[in-house]
Amino acid sequence: MLRLYGKIFKTGVLTERVPAAAKPVPARAEGPVPISAEVDETIQRAGERLKTVVDRRFRGSLAIRQVDSGSCNGCELEIHALNNVYYGIERFGVHFVASPRHADILLVTGPVSRHMEAALKRTYEAMADPKWVLAAGDCGACGGEFGVSYASCGAVANVIPVDGVIPGCPPAPIALIRGILDLLAR
Amino acid sequence: MPELSSQQAVGIDVSAVADTADPVHRFYSVLGSGNIRAALIEPSGLPPARLIEVQSGDWGKASQHAAAESWRWAGVWAEDLGVDLEINACLERRGAYLILRTRVRANHPELPSHAPHYWAADRPERHIHDLFGIRFSDHPDPRRWTRHQAWDEHTFPLRKSLAVAGDQPLETAPDCDYPFLKAQGASVNEIPVGPVHAGTIEPGHFRFQAIGETVLHLEERLGYVHKGIEKLAEGRDRAALARLAGRVSGDCTVGHTWAACMAMERAAGVEIPLRAAYLRGILAERERVINHLGDLGALCNDVGFLFGYYEFGRLRELWLRENLAWFGHRLMMDRIVPGGVAVNLSQDRAERMRQSLDALRRELDELITILDANSSLEDRLVGAGLLATDTAAALGALGFVGRASGQTFDVRKDAPYAPYDRLPVRVPLEDQGDVSSRFWVRYKELRAALRLLEQMLRDLPAGELTTVWQTPREHAAGFGAVESWRGEILCYVRFGEGGLIRRYYPRDPSIINWPALEQLVLGNIVPDFPVCNKSVNGSYSGHDL
Ligand code: SF4
Repeated sequence: MLRLYGKIFKTGVLTERVPAAAKPVPARAEGPVPISAEVDETIQRAGERLKTVVDRRFRGSLAIRQVDSGSCNGCELEIHALNNVYYGIERFGVHFVASPRHADILLVTGPVSRHMEAALKRTYEAMADPKWVLAAGDCGACGGEFGVSYASCGAVANVIPVDGVIPGCPPAPIALIRGILDLLAR
Repeated sequence: MPELSSQQAVGIDVSAVADTADPVHRFYSVLGSGNIRAALIEPSGLPPARLIEVQSGDWGKASQHAAAESWRWAGVWAEDLGVDLEINACLERRGAYLILRTRVRANHPELPSHAPHYWAADRPERHIHDLFGIRFSDHPDPRRWTRHQAWDEHTFPLRKSLAVAGDQPLETAPDCDYPFLKAQGASVNEIPVGPVHAGTIEPGHFRFQAIGETVLHLEERLGYVHKGIEKLAEGRDRAALARLAGRVSGDCTVGHTWAACMAMERAAGVEIPLRAAYLRGILAERERVINHLGDLGALCNDVGFLFGYYEFGRLRELWLRENLAWFGHRLMMDRIVPGGVAVNLSQDRAERMRQSLDALRRELDELITILDANSSLEDRLVGAGLLATDTAAALGALGFVGRASGQTFDVRKDAPYAPYDRLPVRVPLEDQGDVSSRFWVRYKELRAALRLLEQMLRDLPAGELTTVWQTPREHAAGFGAVESWRGEILCYVRFGEGGLIRRYYPRDPSIINWPALEQLVLGNIVPDFPVCNKSVNGSYSGHDL
């Protein structure tokens, strides 16, 4: 047990400040707005703004329900990484919940496979208003490598209303954080 | 239910057959003495796999002989050739791959099943039925598998006559009436779970029959993330196929891209430069390390040992960042390309990677001492999720799931390909078959991967990164087999006109391993299901295609 405490002490606090985005990503004129990082201020400040929004509108805590609607599981790996010690997304008041009824945001990955279409719709319908939908990854944003076929409905927006997309294959954890922060800070 | 292959030997006098050194020749003569008309096709056109063609009526009997001869059943795929449908089953014994091939009429597609002799053939044959319409006459389970409600029972999406777009119904109904096996009795309760799970994991349905907390029966229902990958591959060029292969299962992107490129390169008769082979090996071993780190952490998390979760997660993140810095992508997607690799490794970076290997080794030494001394972790892992060695053998369980239950097979060692044919591949083994065994086998594989990386960095030859591509002739086919972190990946590719893909079939190890979970969870308590599931960690996407 002493060794365990020793290791924790030695490892220390690794949680990082989120750096500013390297490149601006232009917003599209129509359709779901691609969530880009704001280039003129650090995410830390955006995070602080978000904290204000979360505090005011969500009583300090924002709940996300994640649904894989047909992903290759690459996007899930990066969403998992949000909980590792470096990103620690919970410090922004953001946490992942098991029930859609507790969720403010539905974070959807993958193209929507036809076999997941009904389950995704039901999950969306189970959420209480007000609610937002974020489509993460190129697949969720536009269908990605899979598109529309006999087995796939393509982009998430083809199935449920989408409020923002986070491009990338898969989007890195930092892009996911910016996507979530931007959706609520705008 | 698993049937031990050795029990199928009844009635076949194998002792009469000369024990030739070549298992394929031996099997061929066994078929002959069993009055099965078979043709050994040499050269096979699918090297290094060999090829035996049999009549469709003998398809089932041939597999019975194969089971009696201890061939491992590794996969099956079909192809629409117009008038005929071609069916290929892949068998393996002592590192030799054998393709068993037959044809049926497209308008009368009926074939005996391999499932009565090989447990592993059950779902793959149902997949073929749902997508090609081939009826396996004596199949023990006639229920649909990959098909839910997106297409009807008279539509077969992988027939060439069907467009990739399909019929496009306005809305696909949920698959509500799948006939699950029911348990009767006053104290039995049924627990449906999924397809949407409580955590951030892939979708699938699990139907438990439990008595109190104890699992009496578990039935998996997969196919929710079926995206039509086999169909989407048709008509792609080689680069586009490599990209698609990299997305069959994102956690295994290096493995699948390698298998697909290997199959394409063999079909085209292209040999990749040795430097490219070494770099592929480095990418693949790094993929093994990051996935093992991630899952060791996740196993700790599933039993509430958060210290392990955070420490392993930290190490994994460091390696992902190195991937980004050195190879340009955290998961190393699209770094393997047909004909070679799209990455290089400078002297300077190789040196830094060597240092990082040392650093990880030191960290692991420290962590494992702590984990070893932690009885609360041991309490939860030892004895949970038991997969007996004979069950694992009957299934042909792959990767660390097989190796934690005494199955030694590893493509890198038993059917080696460059660069592993010049490396000392050590394959760790455990035989307790519980969650703890799978945990420790993966830890040992992690250490072995670090040794391999060290050696590959030392031996990394100079040379080109890609080789000049030659467009393969029409109908040229290729077979690939690689050992991914999850286990053996098989891949079959056939080219059509103009160097475009006519058929692509990836056999993810999960396709074989998923049924193991149904067995190993029996008798465990329902709350231990997450850790049992994680200890197998099948890919839903790689299974559903
Ligand atoms: S965006 Fe990329 S990583 Fe995410 S599900 Fe699609 S293919 Fe996989």
